[in-house]
Amino acid sequence: MTDATWVVARRRPALLPRATLWQGAVLAVAALIALPVLVVIGVALAPAGDVWRHLGETVLADYVTNSLILMAGVAIGTFVGGVGCAWLASMCDFPGRRIFEWALLLPMALPAYIIAYTYTGLLEFAGPVQTGLRDLFGWQAGDYWFPRVRSLGGAVVMLSLVLYPYVYLLARAAFLSQSICVLDVSRTLGNGPWRTFFTVALPLARPAIVAGMSLALMETLADYGTVQYFGVATFTTGIFRTWYGLDDMNAAAQLATILLAFVVALVAIERLSRRSARFHHTTGRHQDIRRFRLKGVKAAAAFLFCFVALAFGFLVPAGQLAWWSVLVAEKEVDGRFLTLVWHSVELGAIAAVLSVMLALFLGYARRLFRTRPVRVAVDVAGLGYAVPGTIIAIGVVIPFAFLDNRLDAFMEATFGISTGLLLSGTIVAVVSAYLVRFLAVSLQTVNAGLDRIRPSLDDAGRSLGLGPAEVVRRIHVPMLEGSLLTALLLVFVDVLKELPATLILRPFNFNTLAVRAFEMASDERLASAGPAALTIVAAGIVPVVLLSRSITRTRGTRPA
Amino acid sequence: MNALDVIDVSVAYDGKPVIAGVDLALEAGVIGCLLGPSGCGKTSLLRAIAGFEPVATGEIRLDGRTVSTPRGALAPERRNVGMVFQDFALFPHLTVADNIAFGLRKRPAAERARRLAELLDLIGLAASAGAYPHQLSGGQQQRVALARAMAPRPAILLMDEPFSSIDTELRVQLAAEVRAMMLRDGMTAILVTHDQHEAFAIADRIAVIGDGRLRQWDRPYALYHQPADRFVADFIGEGATIAGEIVGAGLVRTGLGEIAGDLAAGLRPGDAVAVLVRPDDIVHDDASPTRLPVVARTFRGSQYLYELRLPTGETVFTLAHSHREHEVGEAIGVRLDVRHLTVFSAGGDPVASQSARR
Amino acid sequence: MENRHFAALFVLALGAADLAAPALADEVNLYSARKEDLIKPLLDRFTEKTGITVNLITGEADVLLKRIVAEGKNTPADLLLTTDVGRLYRAKSEGVTAPIGSAALVAAVPAQYRDPADHWVGLSLRARPIMYVKGKVDPAELSTYEALVDAKWQGRICIRSSSNVYNQSMMAAMIAADGAEAAENWAKGLVANFARPPEGGDRDQIKAAAAGQCDIAIANTYYLAGMVGSEEAAQREAAAKVAVFWPNQDGRGTHVNVSGAALVKASRHPDAARALLEFLANDESQAWYAEANGEYPVRPGIGLSPVLAEWGTFKADELNLERLGELNAEALMIMDRAGWK
Repeated sequence: MTDATWVVARRRPALLPRATLWQGAVLAVAALIALPVLVVIGVALAPAGDVWRHLGETVLADYVTNSLILMAGVAIGTFVGGVGCAWLASMCDFPGRRIFEWALLLPMALPAYIIAYTYTGLLEFAGPVQTGLRDLFGWQAGDYWFPRVRSLGGAVVMLSLVLYPYVYLLARAAFLSQSICVLDVSRTLGNGPWRTFFTVALPLARPAIVAGMSLALMETLADYGTVQYFGVATFTTGIFRTWYGLDDMNAAAQLATILLAFVVALVAIERLSRRSARFHHTTGRHQDIRRFRLKGVKAAAAFLFCFVALAFGFLVPAGQLAWWSVLVAEKEVDGRFLTLVWHSVELGAIAAVLSVMLALFLGYARRLFRTRPVRVAVDVAGLGYAVPGTIIAIGVVIPFAFLDNRLDAFMEATFGISTGLLLSGTIVAVVSAYLVRFLAVSLQTVNAGLDRIRPSLDDAGRSLGLGPAEVVRRIHVPMLEGSLLTALLLVFVDVLKELPATLILRPFNFNTLAVRAFEMASDERLASAGPAALTIVAAGIVPVVLLSRSITRTRGTRPA
Repeated sequence: MNALDVIDVSVAYDGKPVIAGVDLALEAGVIGCLLGPSGCGKTSLLRAIAGFEPVATGEIRLDGRTVSTPRGALAPERRNVGMVFQDFALFPHLTVADNIAFGLRKRPAAERARRLAELLDLIGLAASAGAYPHQLSGGQQQRVALARAMAPRPAILLMDEPFSSIDTELRVQLAAEVRAMMLRDGMTAILVTHDQHEAFAIADRIAVIGDGRLRQWDRPYALYHQPADRFVADFIGEGATIAGEIVGAGLVRTGLGEIAGDLAAGLRPGDAVAVLVRPDDIVHDDASPTRLPVVARTFRGSQYLYELRLPTGETVFTLAHSHREHEVGEAIGVRLDVRHLTVFSAGGDPVASQSARR
Repeated sequence: MENRHFAALFVLALGAADLAAPALADEVNLYSARKEDLIKPLLDRFTEKTGITVNLITGEADVLLKRIVAEGKNTPADLLLTTDVGRLYRAKSEGVTAPIGSAALVAAVPAQYRDPADHWVGLSLRARPIMYVKGKVDPAELSTYEALVDAKWQGRICIRSSSNVYNQSMMAAMIAADGAEAAENWAKGLVANFARPPEGGDRDQIKAAAAGQCDIAIANTYYLAGMVGSEEAAQREAAAKVAVFWPNQDGRGTHVNVSGAALVKASRHPDAARALLEFLANDESQAWYAEANGEYPVRPGIGLSPVLAEWGTFKADELNLERLGELNAEALMIMDRAGWK
């Protein structure tokens, strides 16, 4: 026996306790990530004041109804927009497809509340569109009907416009990696392209679509800026009304816990309905995609479908932002502005890399040990996305400050040195909140990718001498290139946009683009918010284009 | 020292045993096979040997070293086993050459290149070294998977239904080729299959597994002619069991007449037994006074398989040259030529499996 | 390629480690609910004059307060700056503030704008008067907040959501003045007169009035001042169409709230903090509030900017503002019951 691995193996103790080390690590990491959420639940356990009866008698029904309508609306909007665009851009050919392919992702870089501000500016009663109509036709107030932007319906549209790219991105990756054979099988069984889409392609892409939609819906539930500006009383605005207005944080935490329970229930329902269906490809053989070549009316319709999503999701609001930016550029853009850009990019990059590494770790653990504790732990770690950023921030502040103060007290008592707050108020706290908040994004994306890798590949790697970590590095990572890039980008862009946690946890004198855009916009100085908002978009565009390229490239030569 | 020892091994999923108390040993350089119907637990046993499944009882040793016990198990990557998967599990992001060399990454470059060239040559795919798996045919993918598993010269090669996605006609041929390749490389191997022809083509020794238990661990010849129990008898080859009665020392009376052979000591005259009758135990002979009617026939190219009815109503099979054509209903002359008398007690447990006395 | 990628980002991560909280001796740390733009110029001026560095983070007042509570005795915060008295009251109730102990402040700031126990001090006034569309409303028709429930205003009033603290404190002042029952009836009457369900911010109410959707908007004056000085022509035009009416001048006075600051009990730089508060209350800073922010000075006798001067002077509600904090939750419950979204 001269084999190297064999010799190494012999020197170590022959028998390792199976899997316990790994499982322990997974549970520990998941618990850390879930800690802020658990803190919130802990706060909720404290008795609240006598506000529940008041809420129940007055506003609770509104909160629930509005949130449900909002979710249903956004679900439909992101599904139609995201899946429709993904199918057209990946499986069909029509003029402009190559540009739409990446441009359809752009709305993702716009914070929802910013797009809400811009559309309000354009479409409200006093805005240029309605004023123009009135001037043109000599109408007065009340003479005509015009949809109210700041309404529940408006919120559905705004959120759908910026959230459909999540569905688009993941659905498109799934369509591109589908074996063309199964589509061909469907065609030979007498199904037309439409039926094939609905009966084969769509169900096969289900994990990816569900991942995208659950991200969109969790983001919807967590949204505060848009609905608050629109005056729509949702569950989330209710949380903050209860906290800020009624000064009852315990009741607010209880509301937040109910929100979480709702999300958990939704996730569970989806799991159950999926039951034992598996979605990894059963064949190793692929052929390059042959796109359906669209002509005439069909091509025009496809173009229009994608264009509407792109125009309303990006061109119009970005154009408005650009116009505002021109107005205020001289005053706003200076050396300090560059610092904002640097801070945003820095935070985004750090959080994206850490988040994807964590997601790989947890996602792989979930694959490796299909035991209940691991599955539950991984699911719990991904819950942060449905929780409003401010709540997460509080969930981070409390344990960090507790830890810092404990350490300080210990050092003081033992060595007479006061260490003060080591982590609170540092970038570590900010990044931790991002990880808690956005782990779901990277986890969903990585898991959707991992589900498409046949388990036998893991076993093959192991039998060829790879340890679990090496399996990830040498097999999953290269095969997941597209998914990992997607996850990196999504987290990066989400961090660029993230506001409440950044606001509350950042170190002194540390500003970001989102903070700047928000401070201006919430002070109702929309024009001054332009440059920062536009720069968020610009910083998001570069990775979007890179990502789109890499997804297209992985197709064909490297089927995943 | 054996290359592989499986000692009283059980494997369970969620507390439900799928393999119970299996013992087998494989010497170095021997090709073994786990054969059984689907769902019998043979793949679970293979995965336990590879280290992917924990054992519930017993232990597994590779080259004399304990690698699995209920208390713990050596990780798969540290067992020095090679594995070929049912779906081949080729890495789609790597070329044929990179796939084969995957397990060699810790070797010196020169050795790596030499081994790679050797294996590419062995599987006859040197020209496709730079191709990606999806550009290969199923048979080619299969050979790449085999070469990849063989590359690090594992102590034992484990193959999980490696030919199941290959066309039926090619299977046996490919199995023979693989056997030749492994013999040339001096491999010890275990193959899992549900196809006995595949097993006969490749294996020196075969473990028949049924309902999670090892039924017989033997040479192919012995499995066919001296099955340990009714399960093996039914599963391996064709044949029929007919009722019999012990009538004297080494003598059984059946619907085919009296058959002589060595019987186990436990049987006494008057005991009811079941007798295994293989098609080759009944020879077509027009001169024979025993004539039995044909109830069904199957054309096999060079031969016909005739199903014949005994006066008792039981049926037996016989093979005849395909030029000897008989219609259903026609009675044909046969005589017994039993070389291995296989007798089970009427309950189904093996009682005796002995060479028949001439 | 993937590896180099990761490596580069790790270097980034390490580079960020030097961004920990600063710990200079001559400094004061501010947790501010005021937007940076609305306070930073004053802080820079303070640093210029005294050499004391001011470190700033901004955020939602309640969240900053929770952070101070959680950070306990090691909190870096010296001052909590808010845009509403309710939050100052809450900070005091949480027990994280301490008496400021500045004779200069006591002398300079009128008593109703200070905490009776000296834990916080108001620094600027934010008045919430009635704004009307010139030509559509005769100011003679207007008198008090209470009178806005008159049927003649049906479908003519724009005001933002009750989620906003400005409305909550206006409501609290109403409870303090007229009692809870009258306040609830008033809220119901006002809701009945809304031109549209509440949406948008204060500026949006002014814009809607200017565009003809309603005739009366209730908004804080500095938003109107901001519109007057806006880069956008449309905003300037809208602002030109409305005028300010000071209600309740014969009675309790127009509702005002303050932006103010509380001294954090665990402060490590109480002297510097005190110096900053005194600076923010001096003539120069008070004038700046009016000039740059369109707010009213908390001290009498400070000159107003031309925009503010044009709206005239007014009598402010003299209620001790601490009451607004005490009544905030009740105010919101009343608005909930009244169906004020």
